[in-house]
Amino acid sequence: MKGRVLSRREVIGLVAIAAALLALPFVLASVGTAWVRITNFAVLFVLLSLGLNIVVGFAGLLDLGYIAFYAVGAYTYALLASPHFNVHLPFWVILPIGAGLACTAGVILGAPTLRLRGDYLAIVTLGFGEIVRIFMNNLSNPVNITNGPKGITLIDPFRIGDFSFSARSELFGLTFSGPIKYYYLLLVVLLCVIVINLRLQDSRIGRAWVAIREDEIAAKAAGINTRNIKLLAFAMGASFGGIAGGMFSAIQAFVSPESFILNESIMVLAMVVLGGMGNIWGVIAGALLLSFMPEVLRYSVEPMQKALFGRMLVDPEVLRMLIFGFALVLTMRFRPAGLWPETRHRREMSENRR
Amino acid sequence: MNGLAAQAGARSGTPESRVLSGQPSLVGETLLEARDIGKRFGGVQALKAVSLTIRRGEIYGLIGPNGAGKTTLFNVFTGLYPRDSGEVIFAGQSLRLESPHIVAAAGIARTFQNIRLFGNMTARENVMVGRHVRTRCGVFGAILRTAGQRAEERAIRGRADDLLRYVGIADRADSLARHLSYGDQRRLEIARALASEPQLLALDEPAAGMNATETAALRTLIEGLRADGLTILLIEHDVKLVLGLCDRVAVLDYGEKIAEDVPEVVRADPRVIEAYLGTGTH
Repeated sequence: MKGRVLSRREVIGLVAIAAALLALPFVLASVGTAWVRITNFAVLFVLLSLGLNIVVGFAGLLDLGYIAFYAVGAYTYALLASPHFNVHLPFWVILPIGAGLACTAGVILGAPTLRLRGDYLAIVTLGFGEIVRIFMNNLSNPVNITNGPKGITLIDPFRIGDFSFSARSELFGLTFSGPIKYYYLLLVVLLCVIVINLRLQDSRIGRAWVAIREDEIAAKAAGINTRNIKLLAFAMGASFGGIAGGMFSAIQAFVSPESFILNESIMVLAMVVLGGMGNIWGVIAGALLLSFMPEVLRYSVEPMQKALFGRMLVDPEVLRMLIFGFALVLTMRFRPAGLWPETRHRREMSENRR
Repeated sequence: MNGLAAQAGARSGTPESRVLSGQPSLVGETLLEARDIGKRFGGVQALKAVSLTIRRGEIYGLIGPNGAGKTTLFNVFTGLYPRDSGEVIFAGQSLRLESPHIVAAAGIARTFQNIRLFGNMTARENVMVGRHVRTRCGVFGAILRTAGQRAEERAIRGRADDLLRYVGIADRADSLARHLSYGDQRRLEIARALASEPQLLALDEPAAGMNATETAALRTLIEGLRADGLTILLIEHDVKLVLGLCDRVAVLDYGEKIAEDVPEVVRADPRVIEAYLGTGTH
């Protein structure tokens, strides 16, 4: 809590991490631009996981429809920056609108479900996620708002004046391709989101969230207005989802309801749970792991099988779900609190050693 | 632990130990007046028009056989259960009982019969949560780490440490609540309740499951709280503790108040003896 001077080793470590993160896209680009894109989507999933972590990890409210807020953000951006309505607002106007709308959606979902807990809440949020997706799928008749299952195409990239995030540009003798520029932007956003999360966690509000997760009755008796604080968790989590959605829309330049299916909600939840609910660093690690794993498999399984057996035996897609399920089962069996559990649990370990 | 409690008791009253917000100058005035509280669960009338008056600065005991309605009354007072009838006047004002946090803000704090702590938070964090109702900083203050927010956080933390010292578990501040011993958990729950600056502290069977030494230490702690001007409502099964500690005692039986007086009178009341021991005429 108190301002703490970093030790020399920590400074060196931080500088090394920063340098690695700054150099990463160029290293990846030398392997293939696809990997920069994959990294960008991984960072988007990190943003989503951090948002969901507020709801699930901090406040302990199981939300299975989280991707709906991502959808709200994505469609807000798509509708306000594409030829579809011929509206082309700048991104710094739309992202706050998207976050605001997602936040409103969060409150709309939160308000009627406040009395529900656990499984019941999960079912309702699951339904909510589906409702949003089905809305996007069908809001093309009689007035065409979302263009239905065909989705919205030709979405504007982020642009500041003449500087477009999708075009290639030269700077300091380096070539910055579109994905590389988005990477840096995402890195900045991610840094902000991490700082916000860390600060929230260590605040009056963050403590109230954890108190509700630990024991709702006691939290009430201790004077916490659980209704408002839970709504706040939904609203904050949804806002992060909305921002991530807007960025997704711009990076992909195309949105359709297919991107917001239940599987995606479950994926984000799996990232939070696998990484370690409530621990910001664990959640980040979980999201990176689950985002990169399928891609690594995609690129390694085929050549490996060809080399070993001379032909393809198992489709990488099949293998992916198999490994994914197996990994989750193993995690739940051996590390039920996640790979990197919350600091509270770690503190407990060091305390036992003492 | 015994020593620490005694220390806490001995220190109380000195100006620098004023971690509590009791108002000794008002001792003797009515703090809480319940009028005709009724509560029904389905076919069971758990409380039948219970009225009682708690004066400032006293330790008010609530006893009665199992199922007499003690905890129900407690839960009504603290807003956990909605009441069917009656009203509560607290500190001269009609108390809105719709929600526990409103009751906490009004100045009633409670502990639970089966301890309810935030198990995976440290002892200090538990008490810091108790400060919630007396602090204001919201999301934006937290995100921006404003000067006001930092000052408030420091104050919350300082007060939490004071209270942990007051109840005698300062050395356990960084332990997770669920790792504390049973007696220390009881103390932590009291510290968390005190953090909301209550005028009335409601303790639901604080001595349940304690051994003789722990009970003696608890007694010292409760007496220290009273000496610091706090009013205490005590539900307790340990009749010896209640009769020894309380200034006045009310007895509930089948949801009705059958006696309310100083312990000596209550102890001799034939209806109380009947409620506890039966009539012996069957």
